Amino acid sequence: MSQQVENILPSYPLFRDDEYKENLANKRAEYEERHEQAKIDEVFQWTTSKEYQELNFAREALTVNPAKACQPLGAVLCALGFEKTMPYVHGSQGCVAYFRTYFNRHFKEPVACVSDSMTEDAAVFGGQKNMFAGLENAKALYQPDIIAVSTTCMAEVIGDDLNAFINNAKKAGHVEQDFPTPFAHTPSFVGSHTTGWDNMFEGMAKYFTLNYMEDKTVGSNGKINFVPGFETYLGNFRVIHRMMKEMGVDYSLLSDPSEVLDTPADGTFRMYAGGTTQAEIKDAPNAIDTLLLQPWQLEKTKKFVQNIWHQPATAINIPMGLEWTDEFLMTISKLTGKPIPASLELERGRLVDMMTDSHAWLHGKRFALYGDADFVLGMTKFLLEVGAEPSDILCNHANKTLAKSSTKNLRCLALWQKLANPYRSRFMAFPLVNVHQ
Amino acid sequence: MSLRQCAIYGKGGIGKSTTTQNLVSALAELGNKVMIVGCDPKADSTRLILHAKAQTTIMSLAAEAGSVEDLELEDVLKVGYGGIKCVESGGPEPGVGCAGRGVITAINFLEEEGAYDDELDFVFYDVLGDVVCGGFAMPIRENKAQEIYIVCSGEMMAMYAANNIAKGIVKYANSGSVRLAGLICNSRNTAREDELISALAARIGTQMIHFVPRDNVVQRAEIRRMTVIEYDPTCKQADEYRALATKIRDNKNFIIPTPITMDELEELMMEFGILEQEDESVIGVTAAAEA
Repeated sequence: MSQQVENILPSYPLFRDDEYKENLANKRAEYEERHEQAKIDEVFQWTTSKEYQELNFAREALTVNPAKACQPLGAVLCALGFEKTMPYVHGSQGCVAYFRTYFNRHFKEPVACVSDSMTEDAAVFGGQKNMFAGLENAKALYQPDIIAVSTTCMAEVIGDDLNAFINNAKKAGHVEQDFPTPFAHTPSFVGSHTTGWDNMFEGMAKYFTLNYMEDKTVGSNGKINFVPGFETYLGNFRVIHRMMKEMGVDYSLLSDPSEVLDTPADGTFRMYAGGTTQAEIKDAPNAIDTLLLQPWQLEKTKKFVQNIWHQPATAINIPMGLEWTDEFLMTISKLTGKPIPASLELERGRLVDMMTDSHAWLHGKRFALYGDADFVLGMTKFLLEVGAEPSDILCNHANKTLAKSSTKNLRCLALWQKLANPYRSRFMAFPLVNVHQ
Repeated sequence: MSLRQCAIYGKGGIGKSTTTQNLVSALAELGNKVMIVGCDPKADSTRLILHAKAQTTIMSLAAEAGSVEDLELEDVLKVGYGGIKCVESGGPEPGVGCAGRGVITAINFLEEEGAYDDELDFVFYDVLGDVVCGGFAMPIRENKAQEIYIVCSGEMMAMYAANNIAKGIVKYANSGSVRLAGLICNSRNTAREDELISALAARIGTQMIHFVPRDNVVQRAEIRRMTVIEYDPTCKQADEYRALATKIRDNKNFIIPTPITMDELEELMMEFGILEQEDESVIGVTAAAEA
């Protein structure tokens, strides 16, 4: 067509050529079933009317089909964070292909995860046979040290009982009696990926500690446990490692997929790499405390830590932004008696410098936020710290308590702004938070 | 005559399977080509026709073969008394898996394999008493059974169940062509049973299509794994089933039911003396408080 090697035009100049204009007009006329211009103008005019405005503002949901992930996805990520652990999903195959694809796309890594491929007969008779063959095959083929079992919708709807099935599999000799098989029921139609993460972690903690609590004493190993929750930014795992090393704090990061999901390209395939060891999770009840890095999504974990491990699970916020990171480090310092080192103080100083340096661009800018509950809370906090205005905060699996919590933050902002600058008080007139379940 | 598909529902233990098999035998005797599809994991819907303990079911064969796709119609379809074709959907043991899904799988299989051929005059679905989930409503989904017969008796719980089933039918009837075709009273020898069931039928908007009296010959035949029609074709009870079969053959009374409320149903039962006027003063009073 009109492109020439010596003078390649970028898109816009190219599309303004007669040839393209004609071509596009033709396409529109012949194939696009376009409405008359008059009709288009009419609809456009209507969207500027009061009637439309009212309809628009009356909407309660931002979207009727929100992007939402499901419980077993979270369970798989949680399991990947343990050493030589194979996530095993009891249910149909397509679900597991989805989990793998989803993580493949995000991490750009192969993700090991198996399914016991329940088909029509399993849907009718229950999936025990699949569990028998699945556990035996998964262990023989991939030689994991742990198989962490979760479920898909199908198994949950027909009421398959993981505890019974796994024990029967062991009794029948498909895997050894003492082979670790933590499990969690993770119905996709309840909660979301964060619920699934929480359930799987509880399953892990139950399997490795529940019946071995007699010789455990809180604080006896001098460590701090961290439970990250559903976290897909591996840098966040690494920063915890670095900060704790700089502080000289002995710690366990319970579920740490930062190695297995970021293996080097050196010609060796690693199905398993790094991760929390069995020794670490078994020793977890001996720690001084267990800190939940994403407290909103770790409800079950919190109960388990408090009721079974008898640790306080000292309340912190997600360590995002200046104040909540301070809070995080100071809590650790208080719990362990280790001071915050000069290197971290230096880093903090740089952060404050960066925040003031960038205020000219960020102050007063309005933001909309969308994401998981803890993430949007942390991001709201950070945006407020740099003087930005998060005006709409959306989270598809939160509850009213979260809405209240976000609102509290935003009210502080609004109040502060009113005091500081009366001209900006219009902010108060608008809905402060708009959290959708 | 085009194929008529009928589903038999009713409270568990009311005698659906026995009634269905006797009825179907009578229809076959009248020269009709009939198929029975058992939709119950117990798989006892065809034993009197086949003289068998229990027919090998679609789902158990599928589990053996690994998948339903590996089955062929001949494997699951057996022919018994009077050329009656018999299939059982089957399903899991109590307490595991999903029996409802078994019914769906089995009926889909029958359709795909062409079990519903042009030769047939009637298909009867004998469905598990407690319609516990969507799977057991499979026989009355679009393009399947269009006539529903409810087996009941003059006992209170049987009537509750009949009324509840009528409620279920309304949901499907409004969007499709399934209709209630009548109540079959399988007598338990309660007082004024025929009048009561006729009255209930009238309230729901349908008919009591036949009153099947109680007769021990049914049990005698059943011990021999036979229907009455086959065991003793000359007995009075056989004529009762023939009468039922004729009435169903000639039935034109297909309606969308008008189920009644719990209160109305209780009123009706009080009218017939099945239920006594409730004494509300005793509700929640313990034995100790009464003394």
